[in-house]
Order: sequence, then structure tokens, then C-alpha cells
Amino acid sequence: MIALLTRDMRLAVRAGGGFGLGLAFFLIVVVLVPFGVGPENALLARIAPGILWLGALLACLLSLDRIFALDWEDGSLDLLATSPVPMEALVSMKALAHWLTTGLPLVLATPVLGLLLSLPVQGYGPLVLSLALGTPALSVIGTFGAALTVGIKRGGLLLSLLVLPLYVPTLIFGAEVARRGAEGLEYTAPLAMLAGITCGAIALLPFASAAVLRVNLR
Amino acid sequence: MASIWEYANPKKFIETTDRFLPFIAIAAVVALVGGLVWGFFFTPEDYRQGSTVKIIYLHVPAALMAINAWLMMLVASLVWIVRRHHVSALAARAAAPIGATMTVIALVTGAIWGQPMWGTWWAWDPRLTSFLILFLFYLGYMALWAAIENDDTAADLTSVLCLVGSVFAVLSRYAVNFWNQGLHQGASLSMDKEENVADVFYYPLLVCIAGFILLFVALVFLRTQTEIRARRTRALLARERLG
Repeated sequence: MIALLTRDMRLAVRAGGGFGLGLAFFLIVVVLVPFGVGPENALLARIAPGILWLGALLACLLSLDRIFALDWEDGSLDLLATSPVPMEALVSMKALAHWLTTGLPLVLATPVLGLLLSLPVQGYGPLVLSLALGTPALSVIGTFGAALTVGIKRGGLLLSLLVLPLYVPTLIFGAEVARRGAEGLEYTAPLAMLAGITCGAIALLPFASAAVLRVNLR
Repeated sequence: MASIWEYANPKKFIETTDRFLPFIAIAAVVALVGGLVWGFFFTPEDYRQGSTVKIIYLHVPAALMAINAWLMMLVASLVWIVRRHHVSALAARAAAPIGATMTVIALVTGAIWGQPMWGTWWAWDPRLTSFLILFLFYLGYMALWAAIENDDTAADLTSVLCLVGSVFAVLSRYAVNFWNQGLHQGASLSMDKEENVADVFYYPLLVCIAGFILLFVALVFLRTQTEIRARRTRALLARERLG
């Protein structure tokens, strides 16, 4: 399992495209927002938490189809499926690798981008905290979507259609934590809900992902 | 003692539903026409809402069926996963577009009703929002069915999606409650509540709901039959090409 994780990480970093692409996309989205809504700092500060959450979510979505697609094409997914590692562990490792290569860099990059959107000072802590808690859920849910669509040619658009509605609760609570934090309000309640969703998704969704992956490899 | 699983046999299913379908369809038409005519022409106007209140006879039954259609798909998906009856998977597939249509009817009639009453076509109210999300779930479900060529694979994947989607749909329902305050009124059709709608509106509404349920059942039967026959035709064609 560790070997699988390191292999995925190494592939993601060295193959190019996947690793930096999400980050660059996130940056571009954040840069484009002021062009769209105007450069007033007060307005930007008000929408910054939501924009940053949405940008992170879309950047996450962008790299989802790479989770299984490459392994599916060259057949290594079949080999992995026949290995002694259970399928549930395989998809969990895939999700973890996706989070480490996409979610974690996004979380680390957010403070810098928050600066660009003149996020209030007290907002940084809750924003980073909510993203750190929420992006694992995005990765796990996305892995489920990727497992569903792995056998479909050009499944990228379908993947977004399937995954985005599943992202709704995570986005609501995550953005709520960030917004309340930026406004200096109490945010423990949505934070607890967000943590609950993440824990639930990590605990249960790998079984669903493994089940659909088995069907797709049949 | 005949078991209910006998009807999982496609032939038996078609025979049985063929026998009942005309009656259900006629009953649906009678209940719908009766309920709507009764509701539209023979009930008083609400003292505050005027005649716009009459949209309730479309809005409420459609919204009810939008949720119950998903529930039916959930049950059918579970039956497919557990017992692998093809009719069950096809019934779930047949119900999805009907449920999506009901969702659209509920949303559109709601907007038409909301315009004069709330002064807006759309508000990001929890109920409205969760219906929109439900519609997205329907779209994703149907798109997945359409995208996969192998029937059994498609049935497996969509049923898992239905299960996972149900959990997330419920989660979203309560998450949006948390996210915004509502404009929509609470439930007013509970069995035991004081604030139900007045009886003059209540009875025609019940008839309309019965009509929508019958209509849904009739459409699901019909569409499931169509799916079964389409699959049979495909099998026959494939056999001919081989032979």
C-alpha cells in the first residue's frame, strides 16, 4: 500500500500536468475574479472565502479523471486489482495520493491567494482549517466519481455532472466556516459538520468506489 | 403461496402489468381530470392569495412524486444489487425521467406561484435549492445510464450511484437548511397537524395526489415494458446477425 502511494505520488509529480495544473488553475480562477466583479477591496474581501472555496473545488475536480484513467489505459489497474491488496485499500490510497498532490498544495496556496483577494486577517485561520478538513472529502468523493466513469470514453464532462452535486454539502459547510471566520463570527458548528462529512466520506465511500471499480473491471 | 419475486420474471411482469395497466391508466385520468376540475372550478378562492392558490393542485402532487420517484429508484436499485432481477434495474431506469419531469413541474409551478406571492420567481430557499439539487442528481443518474453501453454494468453503476446519491441528497437537504433561512412554508399536509390546508382545498388536493401517483405507476409500468421489449429486440437482432 505504501509502495502504491509512493508510486502514485511519483507519477503525479514527474509526469507533469497533474501536479502543477490544479494549482495553476486555482491561481487563474482567483486572478480572473477581480476582472469579473471589479477591483474594490471591500467587495473582494466579502466574497473571498466563497471564491477561494469554489476555486479549490474546481481545481480538485479538474484533476479527478487522472486518478484512474492512466492506469486504466495501460492496464496497470487490472494488475493492481489482482494484487493481494484489497480494492478498498487501493481506492483509499488513490484518494490519499490525489489529496496529497492536489488538495494539500491547494490548502497551502490559499493564504497567498487570500492576500490577492484582500481577505480579512482573522479569516486566514478558519479558511485554511476548513480547506484542510474539507479537501480530503473532495478527494474521496471525487475518487468515487472517477471510479464510476473510468470505463467511459471522454467521461470528463459526465464526471463533473456526477460529482458536483455530491460536493454540495461539503461546499456549504466549508464555505460557511470560511465566511464566518472572515467576519469574525463563531464557526465551530459548521466546522464540526464539515469534519463529520469528511470522516463519513472517508469511512464509507471507499467501499462504494471499490464496488463500482470492480464492476468496471469485470 | 405465490412470491412477489415471481413478477421479477420479465414475461410474467409484462403479462401482469398488461392486465392492470388499462385500469390504472383510466383511474389516473379520472382522478387527475376530476381532481383538477374540482380544484380549479369548484373550490373558493383563498382570501389572501386569490385564484393563484389553485396552482397547489399541480405543485404539491408533482413535488411529492419527485421525491417518491427517487425513493422508488432507491428501492429498485437495492433490489437489483441484492437479488439481481433485471426488471428491477429497468424499472429504476424507467422511473428516472418521470421523476426528473416531476421535479421540473414542481420547480416551474413553484416559480409561477412564487412570482405573485413572494414577488420573485426564484429565491435561494432551502426547499427550492434542494429541489434543484435533486434535479441535478436525476440528470447525473440518467446521463450515467446513457453513457454506458453494457446493460449490466450500467445497472450496477447507476444503482450504486443511486445509493450514494440518496445519502448525499439527504445531506444536502439538511445542509441547505443550515445555509439559508426559508421563504417556503413548512409541511401543511401532515396527518396529525392543526395547520393543514382547509378541507375545501384538502379533498380535491388528495384526489390530485392520487391521480399523480396512479399516473406515475402507469408510466413506470409502461416504460419498464418498453425497456424490456427494447432489450429483447436488441437480443433478437444480435442473434440474427450471428445466425
